[in-house]
Amino acid sequence: MTDTALLIKDVDKFYGPVDYGVHAVKKLNMDVQKGEIIALLGSSGCGKTSTLRMIAGFEAVSRGTISLAGRPVQTLPPVRRNVAMAFEGYSLYPPLTVRENIAFALKASKLSQGVVDEKVAGIAKLLEIEDILGRYPSSISGGQQQRASLGRALIRDASLHLLDEPMGQLEPQLRALLRGRIKHYIKERGLTAILVTHDQTEANALADRIAVMEGGVLQQFDTPQKIKERPANLFTGTFVGEPPMNVFEASVSGSESKVAFGLKDGVRLEYPASDFSHAVRDALVQRQKVVLGIRPYSVRRSADGVTGRVAVNQWLGDQTHIAADFAGGTMVLVEHDRTELDVGQPIGIHLDPSSLHVFDGESGRAISHGQELA
Amino acid sequence: METMSPLERVLRGLALTLVVVFFMFPIFWIFLMSFQTNETILAIPPSIVFSPTLSNYAALITGKLQTAAGTLDIAFMRNLGNSIFLSVASVAVALVLGVPAAYAFARHKFKGSEDIAFTLLSFRFAPPLLVLLPLTQYFQWLGLSNTYFGLIWVYQLICLPLILWIVRGYFEDISADVEYAYRIAGHSWFATFRKIALPLAGPGIAAAGLLAFIFAWNNFVFALVLASADKQPVTVGALAFVTSSGIQYGQIAAAIVLSVTPTLALALYAQRYLVEGLSLGAVKG
Repeated sequence: MTDTALLIKDVDKFYGPVDYGVHAVKKLNMDVQKGEIIALLGSSGCGKTSTLRMIAGFEAVSRGTISLAGRPVQTLPPVRRNVAMAFEGYSLYPPLTVRENIAFALKASKLSQGVVDEKVAGIAKLLEIEDILGRYPSSISGGQQQRASLGRALIRDASLHLLDEPMGQLEPQLRALLRGRIKHYIKERGLTAILVTHDQTEANALADRIAVMEGGVLQQFDTPQKIKERPANLFTGTFVGEPPMNVFEASVSGSESKVAFGLKDGVRLEYPASDFSHAVRDALVQRQKVVLGIRPYSVRRSADGVTGRVAVNQWLGDQTHIAADFAGGTMVLVEHDRTELDVGQPIGIHLDPSSLHVFDGESGRAISHGQELA
Repeated sequence: METMSPLERVLRGLALTLVVVFFMFPIFWIFLMSFQTNETILAIPPSIVFSPTLSNYAALITGKLQTAAGTLDIAFMRNLGNSIFLSVASVAVALVLGVPAAYAFARHKFKGSEDIAFTLLSFRFAPPLLVLLPLTQYFQWLGLSNTYFGLIWVYQLICLPLILWIVRGYFEDISADVEYAYRIAGHSWFATFRKIALPLAGPGIAAAGLLAFIFAWNNFVFALVLASADKQPVTVGALAFVTSSGIQYGQIAAAIVLSVTPTLALALYAQRYLVEGLSLGAVKG
């Protein structure tokens, strides 16, 4: 049985006067179960770090409540919240060595020196920083400082671990290695963690659930798979996924036998009505304007498809990215084989209805994913 | 180290010598004067060859000033003691009040915080004489004129803004996250201030304290107006050397040497911090 480690209820954050200042986080509602790893994913300024700092207690909550293990904490100072945090700017104590910096986090827990040494050695091994334990923060690289800072957070036995861009400064290979180790470490100890990142690979690899934020608003909070397969709105759809989802504005018309999308430049996509469920068909024809989305991996080339013209053809060593001029925009296709296509060459493009995501043209909210209603 | 051609080295040495002579010559000359009698000082042409005398120092230390008109009592040693006491006490009070205030201004943006900080700084804009007249009146009403307490209070006009603004710059330069990291590891706000913020801003606080000490030491006009003879520092006490029977140059020189010594000693001792401190902070001295 799981229980709730963190509950965020109707939380607003204003910088400056409430209701008049900068509205950084808007009516946020979130729950995190014990033992879960959550990623807050979004671009700079989306409110993810503000949210983290409100949980830690470094930013005042303008409105709403934050509860840790059922206890409201929004008015408590950080020292009484029992959370650990790794800071984006590392924030190591300059006069202390890396070892002392990490051991320092355990000072309040009153463990014996032997236990502390053992724990520090363990975490140093995990993060590959054993060789720099005796060095001072000013004499080590940014990546090493970041790992030391991460170690200082992970070593603690807190009820919630907050990690702010914990691996942003690391080399790609090391990042991939540590991702696995850190996830294992957190899961093995049954820790609960919230990770702030703008790197979706990191979010996908580490998190049980991802909270996508934009403009201070939580866009979607779901498993990585659900977010990929069933994006709640146009923002999530285009933000998550690499290369990004192709999107085209379209008008819808429908009859008993078919559903047709009218794109720019007179491009018309017609599908038999049976390709969509009744509910989807009804929902679609009610809308005048929609946005069609399709992931680059799902776009197929076929002779009887709609014609586009190759604009870019790149072989990346393991896959081909083709960008084609299509319906007044650009359609990106990913293929796994090397494809011999010249720039300017016409290709037939087929959009399978089961891979289509349809969003409302006004609100951006998802209407349907393939056969099913959103 | 980059290599220099011999010519560059010579020019560089010459330039350095010029600068040193320019700044040090007056002090050196006064140092020589302090070992001469008024007669040799005023001799024309002046000479650097003379038979040194300790009579000037003796006069200062015994407090008996020999003039053509007879013996005068001077309170130079007492003045020196007053200077040391007033400056040390003022800087101490300013540090106790100013460092926490600087921390508050650096870390917490509260309503009117900028206005308060600026008002405190503006104390240094006002010409002291403008403040002095009303202050004299108030001090008389309050019974504070000619008290150490009153003087130390007025000296805060000099020391407090200096310490507040310089130290604030140092606190702002320390990443707030370092403190947050300490607090989240289970330490109180006050422990963080004491164990993290204060040590990290240490050099800056030392530099600001030293500067404030020099300003307090050199102050003249507040003490001139608000204190009578027994509370006056050396800056005011030096006026006693202008006597009805002439100016005692030798004793003035000796007094200057004695009164420069504490600040010089302090500056030399704190030089390490001063250079480190002033070059790291946001507010450059």
